[in-house]
This record gives sequence, structure tokens and C-alpha cells, in this order.
Amino acid sequence: MSVPLSHILIVASLMFAMGLGCVIAWRANVIMMLIGIEIMLNAVMLTFVGGSAHWGIADGQLFSLMLMALTSAEVSLALAMVVYLHRRKQTVNTDRFDSMKG
Amino acid sequence: MEATVFYILAAILLIGTLCAITARQAVRAIVYLVVSFFALALMFYLLGAPLIAAFEVIIYAGAIMVLFLFVIMMLELESPEKLPKPRFSDWWPALALVVVVVGALAVLLLSHVRAVPPGFTDIPVRQFAYTLFKQYGVAVEIVSMQLLFALVGALYLGRRK
Repeated sequence: MSVPLSHILIVASLMFAMGLGCVIAWRANVIMMLIGIEIMLNAVMLTFVGGSAHWGIADGQLFSLMLMALTSAEVSLALAMVVYLHRRKQTVNTDRFDSMKG
Repeated sequence: MEATVFYILAAILLIGTLCAITARQAVRAIVYLVVSFFALALMFYLLGAPLIAAFEVIIYAGAIMVLFLFVIMMLELESPEKLPKPRFSDWWPALALVVVVVGALAVLLLSHVRAVPPGFTDIPVRQFAYTLFKQYGVAVEIVSMQLLFALVGALYLGRRK
């Protein structure tokens, strides 16, 4: 495939910027913040796979596999946390979670 | 030919992500995101990573996004109009950060970067598996422990009193 590596990096960084914007703009909604984190992690995975294909070493693909495992663990914990928070206050609005217990 | 497909996929990816982050409901955002992850999986395939492409479809689009959908439907959120939408004052720091990232990118591209010759090498699955289990066997063990911890943590958080 004759696409320069820089174009892949451009796509990945634009996607990362979008994810960052999502986290910051939707900071009142926990679920949309998690979606923004997903977008950022996928951009990083694209960078890893692009580098791996460019240099012909499998390590980048391997790291994206590790990243997938990390993301599935993170998402399962974070969504369990969302369910727990929703059970406590009946909302996912972060502005409502402003007090610590204990 | 492959380059054309790549650019089309990149366009689908970016537009899908843009629609996802500006969607008014979380469910729509998830569906847009599934579309863009399919495009990303095809890009991985074009980049010579068929295994990662398959995992992207199976784990990301198939499992994680469906988990999001399950949680959104399970929570029975109050009518989506009540959730606070980002106003323009919420968007401008995000836009400022996006402008900073894009500006850094433009500076990098306009400066005289040493031209890297295009061209990608496919990595066979055999080499991938060999590296995974020979060189990074410890990492596999650590990841399995991490998944176990996440399972225990999710069970702990989700228990009913």
C-alpha cells in the first residue's frame, strides 16, 4: 500500500483530538466521557499499527492488542462504576457527584 | 487502489467520529462509533494486521460498544432532553485544544521533514504470535491478571446490598 506514514499519523492525531474534545466538551456526562476515552485509545492503536506496518516489526500490533485488553478491563470497571453511581443518585451527571463519603 | 480505499476509510472514520461526539443522544453516538470502528478495522487490515482487524471488530465493535448499549439501556436514564447538553461555552476549551493539536500537526508538516519512503510490510500472523508468546509472555500473564482484577472489581461494584 502506497500511503505515507505521515497521513496515517494525521488521521490518528485528528481522531485523538476529537476524542479529547469529546471528553472536555461532554464533561457533565460520564458515558460520553467514556466514549471520548475510547476514541482516543483507538487513535493510539492506529498509530501503533501504522508504525508496526512501517517498520515491519510485530511489536506495535502487539501493543495494540495489549491496549485492547486494557480497554476492555477499563470499560468493564468504568461501566460498573457508572451503574453504581446511577444507583446512588439516579443520574449520570458529574456535577451531581460533588461530595465524598466519610 | 489500496490508497484510494484507505482515504475513503479515513474519511468515514473521521466523519463517523465527528458525528459521534456531536450526537445528541448517547445511543446514537455509540452507533456512529461502531461505524467508525468498522472503518478503523478495515484500515488495520490494509495496514497488514488482519488479527488486530478481527479483534477490533469482535472486541471493540462487538463487545465493548454493546456493553455501552446495555448499560445505557439498563440505566433507564431520564428523558434525554434533561441531560445537560454541552453549550458553546463548554465547547470552546475543546475547540481550543483541537486547534492546538491541528496547529502542531500543521507546523510539523510544513517544516522540512525528512521524507520517509512510503510502503508497508505485511506482518504474518506467525511472526505476531511468535513475538507475543516468546518475547512478551510475561505481558500476557500480566494482562490476564489485570482482566481477573477487573472482573472482581466489577462484581464488587455491581453487587446488591
